Amino acid sequence: MTTATDELHHDDHHHDHKPSGIMRWLLTTNHKDISSLYLWFAFIMFLVGGAMAMVIRAELFQPGLQIVEPDFFNQMTTVHGLIMVFGAVMPAFTGLANWMVPLMIGAPDMALPRMNNWSFWILPFAFAILLSSLFMEGGGPNFGWTFYAPLSTTYSNDSTALFVFSVHIMGASSIMGAINVIVTILNMRAPGMTLMKMPLFVWTWLITAFLLIAVMPVLAGAVTMVLTDKYFGTSFFDAAGGGDPVMFQHIFWFFGHPEVYIMILPAFGIISQIVPTFSRKKLFGYASMVYATASIALLSFVVWAHHMFTTGMPLFGELFFMIATMLISVPTGVKVFNWVATMWRGAISFEMPMMFSLAFIVLFTIGGLSGLMLAITPVDFQYHDTYFVVAHFHYVLVTGAVFSIMAAAYYWLPKWTGKMYDTTLAQWHFWCSLISVNLLFFPMHFVGLAGMPRRIPDYALQFADFNKWISIGGFAFGLSQLIFLALLIKACRKQGEPVSDQVWEGAEGLEWEVPSPAPYHTFETPPVVK
Amino acid sequence: MSEQQYEKYYVPASSPWPIVGAVALFFMAVGAGNWVVEIKNGSDGFGLHTLAFGALILTVMLVGWFKDQIHESMTGMHGDQLGRSYRQGMAWFIFSEVMFFCAFFGALFYARVFSVPWLAGASNNAETFNVLWPTFEAMWPLTTTPGGTTTEAMGWMGLPLYNTIILLISSFTCHFAHVALEKGDRAKLKAWLGFTIVLGLIFLFLQVEEYIHAYQEMGLRLDSGIYGNTFFMLTGFHGFHVTLGTFMLIVMFFRVLKGHFSHDNQFAFQATSWYWHFVDVVWVCLFFVVYVF
Repeated sequence: MTTATDELHHDDHHHDHKPSGIMRWLLTTNHKDISSLYLWFAFIMFLVGGAMAMVIRAELFQPGLQIVEPDFFNQMTTVHGLIMVFGAVMPAFTGLANWMVPLMIGAPDMALPRMNNWSFWILPFAFAILLSSLFMEGGGPNFGWTFYAPLSTTYSNDSTALFVFSVHIMGASSIMGAINVIVTILNMRAPGMTLMKMPLFVWTWLITAFLLIAVMPVLAGAVTMVLTDKYFGTSFFDAAGGGDPVMFQHIFWFFGHPEVYIMILPAFGIISQIVPTFSRKKLFGYASMVYATASIALLSFVVWAHHMFTTGMPLFGELFFMIATMLISVPTGVKVFNWVATMWRGAISFEMPMMFSLAFIVLFTIGGLSGLMLAITPVDFQYHDTYFVVAHFHYVLVTGAVFSIMAAAYYWLPKWTGKMYDTTLAQWHFWCSLISVNLLFFPMHFVGLAGMPRRIPDYALQFADFNKWISIGGFAFGLSQLIFLALLIKACRKQGEPVSDQVWEGAEGLEWEVPSPAPYHTFETPPVVK
Repeated sequence: MSEQQYEKYYVPASSPWPIVGAVALFFMAVGAGNWVVEIKNGSDGFGLHTLAFGALILTVMLVGWFKDQIHESMTGMHGDQLGRSYRQGMAWFIFSEVMFFCAFFGALFYARVFSVPWLAGASNNAETFNVLWPTFEAMWPLTTTPGGTTTEAMGWMGLPLYNTIILLISSFTCHFAHVALEKGDRAKLKAWLGFTIVLGLIFLFLQVEEYIHAYQEMGLRLDSGIYGNTFFMLTGFHGFHVTLGTFMLIVMFFRVLKGHFSHDNQFAFQATSWYWHFVDVVWVCLFFVVYVF
């Protein structure tokens, strides 16, 4: 591969002129600027949503009600979920796509640079609305992030309308972001960068963007029906008018299940970039990885009702959704085996991105296997709405999605800043996170199996010891992220050893051929990929 | 690297419009969120004003952004690759719109196939029927809800059928306008485009007539149970999209009058035409599942 990043001479436009100060960030069309905004926004939201989790764990430290009112507890679980899904994980992945996709495919920028800026700047406003509703008279949304009817229609407070419209605009942001990514990948690849030569992070994002465009509008439809049911007298989710509250769950989970893959497919892409680099081998089974990703995405459209086994579906429905769900473990297994096979007999070194990736592979697999348990209809009747479910989705989302984002940050941070991050702090961050996250989530399996229900501010006395340790794990995990914050601030202030263009010895791909730090504009002349 | 033919991709240096758009959406969301609560509670407030203020900013943003776009396009700053980006972007946007309608078509399907028959005891729901509303009869259109709200069903003859024919013809006239553009026949282009706009406006007018008829004479309202819900939400969102499409066509008409568009430079026209065909296809689906069957 050859690049031409140093041949920027005939760029006589007013290009490199960028407004300074705050205006640079408000008006920018540069994918690197917008991506940095996305990443910082996601991290701030991660801390805000994390603070809410601390409130939840503080209340659950002991049985009985001591710190917050039950209604406020419900608001905390609701907004914690919404913020982590829509404010932290999704924008972080979009930010990574913004930084890395153009670099990885040899494009000068995202395909639609102005819309890119709009997609980002909607988000702070949307979350300002959502967070401010917590301070309204009557409180904020308290019906869980899944906003099941009739909790969100008949029994909700008046912040529901603001919730609906903030979801509308964050949905618009996601759709525009996804259109941008998909068009960039399909239309902006450098000559020679055929689809089957694309790095896997690009592939997984291509498929994720497709999922986003397909299901975010369905979420918009669902919140619209909640709005009209609550305020305009419709009865989509009210049996008295011929509707059905269960219909809400069908529409919501038709969005919601692809949504969970939206939060994990880019993670698969990241791990598929990092593992080969630090194993100093080519990725094992590249084509099968692509096909596995596509199969997971397609299957994600026909498994939604596994969230609803206890709603009284006809037996055929229960069986169909059980079998379809268990099928997903096949392509997911392909991926896990491919990562392991990539490491097999590799010259592995254990830099921080690799450490987080290894943690991801092991812990995500635990989350995947508990998911397989939940997929089995008859046993789900016991697990449903218990802490076992909470343990499951936190293993796939925290030690899965969030760990992959941290792996990605450590992997590409030197490329972004041109300096190696503080490796001592990184070690502290990794080991504190790894130990505390397992202390936090692993015992949830046990209390869940023993019958502790989720989303309840109080619990039976026999769960007291486990919950104490879970809360200690939670506080420790929360504090560990402050180490990461310190590391990021140091990195952004460009402290540390300068790195080479390639950064990591085994790294391959176009993004490692541009200088470190990557200049403001890259690949204005497309590289040729052989 | 060997010197090869490539076209520079146009990346604007910076633009004020996206942040203006984000501010607009903020005011619209806050305004709408307060307004619906004020309507429901009958209280006074600034909801509608805030919403209108946001909509005003959005209008300013759209005018400004499109003005920049048109200027760039007319001065030849947009290359072929950017044209492909725009076309693909528009296609994916229409796909997202299709999925939005799918949510409401899905609700209609679920109500007809599952929730209404189940309320009358079908499948494994005998107890639901016995306990909740033992006199309920399943039917579609659901003119008597389990709760007792009654309404009349909208037939497909008359206005809905005329509207279907009008919209189908408008899809053809829109296509003829595009053919005329490709051939460089500006007179025919203006005529067919103008004709399409008129058909769109007639459709909207008849749709309003139908709503007035439904509300005043048939007792068919948005809150008349699941039949009225799906009827008004589907036709209403469709009507909103036709309004948007007609507006886009009108903008295209004025751009044609100014001499814009040619065989090589016609993205906006093409996108509008795609959008118009999309609202037409949605209507045909809607005509069959909402009105006929």
